[in-house]
Amino acid sequence: MTTFAAKTVGAAIDRLDGPDKVTGAARYAFEQPVAHAAYLYIVQSTIARGHVRAIDATGARALPGVVEVITHENAPRLASTEDPELVVLQSNAVAYHGQIVAAVVAETPEVARHAAALIRVQYHEEPHDVELHAGREGLYQPDPENVGFEPDTHHGDVESALKTAAASIDVTYTTPHEHNNPMEPHATIALWEGDSLTLYDANQGPHAIRGDVATAFGLEPERVRVISPHVGGGFGSKLFTHGHVVLAAMAAKLVARPVKLALTRQQMFALVGYRTPTIQRMRLGTDNDGRLVAIAHDVTVQTSKIEESVETAAVVTRMMYAAPNRRTSHRLARLDVPTPTIMRAPGECPGVYALECAMDEMALACERDPIEFRIRNEPERDPGSGKPFSSRGLVACLREGAQRFGWQPHTAPAKRRDGNWLVGTGVASSTYPTRRRPTTASVRVNTDGTYRVQIDAIDIGTGARTALAQIAADALETPLERVRLDIADSALPRAGGAGGSMGLASWGTAIVEAANALREKLRTEFAGNVPAEGVEAYVEVGRNPLAERYSMHAFGAQFAEVRIDADTHEIRVPRLFGMFAAGRIVNAKTARSQLIGGMVMGLSMALFEETVIDKRFGHFANHDFAEYHIASNADVLDIDAAWIDEDDPYVNSMGAKGIGELGITGTASAIANALYDATGLRLRDLPLRLPFDI
Amino acid sequence: MNPFRYERARDAAEASVLLGKTPAAMLLGGGTNLVDLMRLRVAKPEALIDVSRATSDRVELLPGGGLRLGAGMRNTDAAADKTLRARYPVLSQALLSGASGQIRNLATVAGNLLQRTRCVYFQDVSKPCNKREPASGCPAREGYHRNLSILGASDACIATHPSDMAVALMALDARVRIIGAGGERLVPLAELYRLPGDEPQRDTTLQHGDVITHVEIPPLEFAKRSRYRKVRDRASFAFALVSVAGALDIRDGMVRDVRLALGGVAHMPWRARIAEEALRGRPAREDTFREAAAAELRAAQPLRDNAFKVPLAQRSIVRTLLELSAEP
Ligand SMILES: Cc1cc2nc3c(=O)[nH]c(=O)nc-3n(C[C@H](O)[C@H](O)[C@H](O)COP(=O)(O)OP(=O)(O)OC[C@H]3O[C@@H](n4cnc5c(N)ncnc54)[C@H](O)[C@@H]3O)c2cc1C
Repeated sequence: MTTFAAKTVGAAIDRLDGPDKVTGAARYAFEQPVAHAAYLYIVQSTIARGHVRAIDATGARALPGVVEVITHENAPRLASTEDPELVVLQSNAVAYHGQIVAAVVAETPEVARHAAALIRVQYHEEPHDVELHAGREGLYQPDPENVGFEPDTHHGDVESALKTAAASIDVTYTTPHEHNNPMEPHATIALWEGDSLTLYDANQGPHAIRGDVATAFGLEPERVRVISPHVGGGFGSKLFTHGHVVLAAMAAKLVARPVKLALTRQQMFALVGYRTPTIQRMRLGTDNDGRLVAIAHDVTVQTSKIEESVETAAVVTRMMYAAPNRRTSHRLARLDVPTPTIMRAPGECPGVYALECAMDEMALACERDPIEFRIRNEPERDPGSGKPFSSRGLVACLREGAQRFGWQPHTAPAKRRDGNWLVGTGVASSTYPTRRRPTTASVRVNTDGTYRVQIDAIDIGTGARTALAQIAADALETPLERVRLDIADSALPRAGGAGGSMGLASWGTAIVEAANALREKLRTEFAGNVPAEGVEAYVEVGRNPLAERYSMHAFGAQFAEVRIDADTHEIRVPRLFGMFAAGRIVNAKTARSQLIGGMVMGLSMALFEETVIDKRFGHFANHDFAEYHIASNADVLDIDAAWIDEDDPYVNSMGAKGIGELGITGTASAIANALYDATGLRLRDLPLRLPFDI
Repeated sequence: MNPFRYERARDAAEASVLLGKTPAAMLLGGGTNLVDLMRLRVAKPEALIDVSRATSDRVELLPGGGLRLGAGMRNTDAAADKTLRARYPVLSQALLSGASGQIRNLATVAGNLLQRTRCVYFQDVSKPCNKREPASGCPAREGYHRNLSILGASDACIATHPSDMAVALMALDARVRIIGAGGERLVPLAELYRLPGDEPQRDTTLQHGDVITHVEIPPLEFAKRSRYRKVRDRASFAFALVSVAGALDIRDGMVRDVRLALGGVAHMPWRARIAEEALRGRPAREDTFREAAAAELRAAQPLRDNAFKVPLAQRSIVRTLLELSAEP
């Protein structure tokens, strides 16, 4: 690995695009100026299963300003129907409530929306099945080939070990449907010029969108260009291509005009993914010394009938703590629901919730302080893969965090009372894998000593634009002002998206390698002098070969104080503190925002977020922000994140681990554990709501 | 949203005449509720008659010590009025607990009173709802109803009225001044609102052509010792699960007089007359408060997922009374 001399890296530099964003000068996808655009509005199915029998669009077509009504009868045929999410209006089949069954193109968004309401759809309805519960019929083990991971693992003999354990627990945790809900709704502008398509699109990675759209329409990827200069959050819902993007391109082709589409908040609940509910059985056992003898994590989740997707919630348990006997499993139900997708630390977020609450229960069951218990069960190597950790800062975070938070060691709930408040504190570990994707980048030096860095990276509000410029400046050994960075356009060198907390690690590595290549080229080919036309270096960086040898993860410890109103059972979180170990921190300011942002989402998950499916209709009943609650400012009181110095030479050229999702893991557990400490009541179902019959 | 005409009335009388001319016309205040419902196609007015400037936007003193709020007054301004805050703290607190700063800046006093239920089935035109479409059915009863009625509901409808301000006004015996086809009249809030019965489509007793011009609050000396407690999962920007508006007059340890109203429990702001009756003349002590609260909730008919509101309402009443009795 390249060593890296940090000068700008590490500093708390303000976002380079901050002024543009707060003054409204930054243009998001829907705001891109496009001449002669028409507007698209979607009609969604009101049944959960069956097919469309007839569509009467007479009223819509008669409306002045309507350009076209698109249904499965006149929609252009797609070249590929391989990706079921993208098969829009290709048949009359309805696989879930809220599926796209028609769309209107009109001169204004208002006319399009009004016309959409005038379309009458007749259905042939079939019975649907939308309910996930433990032990239901039809649960199956997904095929590893299809889902890209091993659903089950076994080491040793969990059952016997649990039987002979000195202490053990067997408990089940559940999390509800949750929706990603980025602030900026999904939006696309589609513009054809001959056989070439340009999309201004809100997404988490233009190259991936380009590839999917090109495949769907049977185009060479070069004929599709995806541009996404500013994106208002995604949380996973904008990483994969969704049907509305294909629909926009289809519509633009059909009407031979640019077409603009913005989803409404309500539509987003059915069309751009969500997190499956999870049912997680946790069985843990310890010996007389408080060491785990067995750990078992069995997960039940749902997917749709059209696509197989698994929330990999038990995967974290394979790595986290030492225990000679271990088992994990994932079972899946296929339901008549929209396909769940990745959302805010998919897998780890609900998985860590169950694991870290179970660790708290186990600690108290064997009379150990929750922090001491975790330290006692710290593994020497990754127990799942047997590999050494490239670095593992969990114990340091637990110790340092405990100190800063003022943790009081205990082996039973404290049940403190302060006036009308029941007060408790809780702790939980955080963790998220450190990975990297193959990436390309180019760097050019001009005669005036300025640099131009080009890479199809993206900033969805994380601060990546700023952090990458810092990395480039240090790699090029030049001041920040001399670096010009072009990102978020599929015409730039190929890169993966902002997902899996891999963005900065992948893009930064490619930029560092490109800077090194440029320096080398200048030295060997130009004797160190920049010629009039400048010099450019382009690199392709593959996977990290060291990932074969080391287990790579970021860690953290989160601490929560919870107060519960003794009368009304309102739950408030006056204090939330996270101590993290994530390698080198590239920008102290944006990193802190990422970490506390994750923790706020974790707080939201603990206390509020829940989409309720109405089994009779098969729809999400509370599909707007008045009913789907995300933490408000008033819910977030004293919150802070800090990090320990961690030097990890193996992960990437910067020694930086991803932090996008680390912050959300563990928060809900720390809060649930604190609620137990305050009340002596163990609530295992999210969101946490204290019953009154106690 | 359906196409509609927009007109601006000069005054309330003109608005009433304009309404009379178009059966499917509706009045527009700040639009924070009505425009949302138009987008959702729950409301489909043919014409909007803007009255946000046609009615008074200020607080006036009434002879005898009461206050009169203009129907067009913005929620933010009403909450900030010095006299109102001093005489009726419960009202200012209720206003400030509602919605968000941005919405309160737009929302008018009359619009707030007449905002419609947040029941998710009412708001979703692809689902049945007796309030929106009489005789189509009520999916909420068996469905998503965590925040719906426990008191005074009917088989046809279990909607709750969402306003916080109206709960305080109900406790204060406020009346609305109305200009309608038959001239001007004053209607007590308790008669403006109604329970759903078998006509859940009617939220109020207003007739087409009625325009609210003012809200009048009678003098209530002891209301300077009053407060609003709103219980909700999220600390801000959430409708009440349960709320309590209370005012308490204690002499020599005895309850001389009391006003209590509940929000989030019924089709209308719920005046807790049974509890009030149980309190008057009794010692101002926790056990009396508990008995009174229990008496009020005795008629509750909770559903599968909102039974928690019964103990919650009782505890919130007791807590509000305890806090009021501890005030200097
Ligand atoms: C996200 C969100 C959260 C909210 N949270 C809360 C909350 O916590 N608590 C709370 O109390 N409220 C809450 N609200 C609701 C808010 O208080 C109402 O939307 C607002 O008070 C309505 O006032 P308006 O002037 O905008 O009414 P409009 O939307 O203009 O009108 C509402 C109704 O009143 C009628 N109307 C208006 N003026 C008159 C008049 N002079 N005479 C007769 N009829 C008239 C209209 O025809 C319409 O039917 C929330 C709203 C939103 C969008």
